[in-house]
Amino acid sequence: MTKVLAIDDSRTIRNLLRVSLEGAGFEFHSACDGAEGVEIFPDVDPDVVITDINMPKLDGFGVIDALRTGPNRTNVPILVLTTESSDDLKARARTAGATGWIVKPFDDASLVSVLRRLTGHVA
Amino acid sequence: MSGNSIRDTFFEECEELLEALVEGLSGMEEAPGDMEIVNAVFRAVHSIKGGAGAFGLDRLVGFAHTFETVMDKVRGQELAVDESLMGLFHRAGDFLSDLVTAARDESDVNDETEAGLIKELEAYLGPGGEETEFMFEALTLDMGDEAPQPTRRRFDIAFRPTRALYENGHEPLLLFDSLADLGDLSVTADLSALPDFNKFDPSDAVLSWRLSLVTAESETTLHEIFEFVEGLCTLDIDTTDEPAEAATAPLDLGPVMRPAPPDVDDMLAGDDAEDAMAESPDRGASDRPATSLPGSSKDARGPKPTLRVDLDRVDRLINTVGELIINQAMISQRIEELDLPTVAHLTNELEAYKLLARDIQEGVMAIRAQPVKPLFQRMSRIVREASDATGKKAKMVTVGDSTEVDKTVIERLADPLTHMIRNAVDHGLEKPDIRKAAGKDVTGTIRLSAAHRSGSVFIEVSDDGAGLNRERILQKAIEKQLVAADVELSEPEIDNLLFLPGFSTASQVSNLSGRGVGMDVVKNAVSALGGRVSISSTPGKGTTFTIVLPLTLAVMDGFVISVADQTMVIPIASILETIRPRAKDIHIVGTDSEVISLRGSYVPIVDVAENLGLGDGAERGNAGTLLLVSTETHGLTALRVSGIHDQRQVVIKSLESNYTAIPGVSAATILGDGKIALILDPEELIKLAHTPVHETASQQARMELRHG
Repeated sequence: MTKVLAIDDSRTIRNLLRVSLEGAGFEFHSACDGAEGVEIFPDVDPDVVITDINMPKLDGFGVIDALRTGPNRTNVPILVLTTESSDDLKARARTAGATGWIVKPFDDASLVSVLRRLTGHVA
Repeated sequence: MSGNSIRDTFFEECEELLEALVEGLSGMEEAPGDMEIVNAVFRAVHSIKGGAGAFGLDRLVGFAHTFETVMDKVRGQELAVDESLMGLFHRAGDFLSDLVTAARDESDVNDETEAGLIKELEAYLGPGGEETEFMFEALTLDMGDEAPQPTRRRFDIAFRPTRALYENGHEPLLLFDSLADLGDLSVTADLSALPDFNKFDPSDAVLSWRLSLVTAESETTLHEIFEFVEGLCTLDIDTTDEPAEAATAPLDLGPVMRPAPPDVDDMLAGDDAEDAMAESPDRGASDRPATSLPGSSKDARGPKPTLRVDLDRVDRLINTVGELIINQAMISQRIEELDLPTVAHLTNELEAYKLLARDIQEGVMAIRAQPVKPLFQRMSRIVREASDATGKKAKMVTVGDSTEVDKTVIERLADPLTHMIRNAVDHGLEKPDIRKAAGKDVTGTIRLSAAHRSGSVFIEVSDDGAGLNRERILQKAIEKQLVAADVELSEPEIDNLLFLPGFSTASQVSNLSGRGVGMDVVKNAVSALGGRVSISSTPGKGTTFTIVLPLTLAVMDGFVISVADQTMVIPIASILETIRPRAKDIHIVGTDSEVISLRGSYVPIVDVAENLGLGDGAERGNAGTLLLVSTETHGLTALRVSGIHDQRQVVIKSLESNYTAIPGVSAATILGDGKIALILDPEELIKLAHTPVHETASQQARMELRHG
């Protein structure tokens, strides 16, 4: 089963992601801030990471940086979850090493289709 | 988890976020320049916006966005926070809270307030504010939007990934899969850049592809698929309107490019890029611990791990523990009744059982206990609103806001506290010029404190205003015929007149506290929680209201008493002293009123059995046992009962939910012998005793007696 690690400090968003993704057949894991996300990453060993940008302790850019250049350096797809859809933010996310982005509010279908494109997951 | 429960958790989370917001705003005042706090405030607003967007709460999203944008400017240090902006933030926070409530209850909010606040907020955004206009964007790109064409077209795509594409977690194969979903796809790999085996770097990007897709989809759809990889590859898309059959024209890619060195450098220099980004004004207030200000570690403030439990489960547990305590009492009693020859060791075990049961009960009650902080935080808003409405200057100081109180108590205290705080600002504090003339700080202080003392919770609302105007209070009470014109009252008695129903000191009805609700409503709400409220006031110095509440609503300490031939329980908290009167101290006044002379004053006697309809006053004249209680409306009164048997902790069982409300009886409990006993409500009981008689006359009589 395709494993997703979602990192977001909003319980509401985590819940929404869980419902959408478990419904689409993903194995869902979550962390409530960047630091926790990076910490549990090796144990969860996800196929794709979804991360919020604005979070306490370690923000989304920090998460990407840690996952791309840290000791557990990985090329796993990382999706940035953002309410902002400016080109500037996308460029920054890309430069930081993000694979793609999802603009909040997201709908189930586009979320799943994006994940499918990044992981090859078939429901 | 259903959609509704996600929605519920969103609103629950909003409560927490709003709390964090209020706390953060206070923090901003205390420690201006602490970017960690500004960030926390920003995040709170931002998270509310994010969640609200998911549920299509557009109005909430819109307001939160404007709020957040201004906060972002503060975060980016483009905007300095002064007193008026701080005030605006507070009001915006309050309104955000209103919007959340409105969204939850699907009620309405004041449009004018919203428009006004948005205007004020936007004023801080300056003329450039327009560019940040906010709208949600779906997952589409608005480039090259052509009219939808049902005709099939051929797209020739030259796709050459850079190393960064792989490093960012992309997989070309999956991209091709997505393309293949759109129509007929053919893929040719270009291996020309493949180096010799001994020069091969597995992490380098050496492959490129030529793809040919025949589809009815628009080019926009194609770009959507490549959206994430744009900038990480060279991508050329040629469109041909020819029929699919002609789609075999060879693609001339020209000289194959070397893997682009600048991209590689970019990636190798990734750290520098990160650093540069951290310094950009947009990210000036980075969330990273490394850049946070000293002494402002978020970790230290971070919440302790918690477990969210359905309240019903806790209440079920509390109920069961109540049964356990009753069961323990019954076992003790049965063993006593057995009259065994040697029970010493058994009694020890029983005593241990009793202590354990108490420990469990306290532990369970602690689950329901919550700090008063959120409640107090809400009150700071009331102070702000009240001072705005009255043109007075006021600030709120809270003390002991980590004091924990039962959840129900907190919920039911909100209204009385709101009323008291409004009163304190409206009636308690003086106008700024008067304060100045009196040599006081122009800004009045409303102090809200909570503390645990001797098994009770003390909550105090005090102001540093002018103090109660007793002359006016008395005059008002006489005008309203609440007391007789020639009555002589002590200062505390005058103060207590405030609690009489129908009393209101405001000579003109202000739009604030004069809503037809008096302090009697506060008093009733507090008594309903098993507590009491009192006043103390010093002219020129201010007034303090003290609310004393039991720690829990589930158990209480009571006297087991007998009334006629019934066993009943009376709350110990309400009893000042117990008296075994001598017959000569009891006097008959008028035709049927009894009083006891107690240390030089006369206290009316209320016969409990008679008032509950259990006896015909047979014990009249009989000394019995008197319990001295102090009531707010009727002063000191002695309750006559037949006898006191025991003092014990009893589990409160609601009569209203199991049977029906009985005047003078607050609840019931189960005693050690398994029998049900009624728990008396002294205040109500005494009120009951006074109802048949004409209210004013009896009160006057009492007043006279007490000072006779």
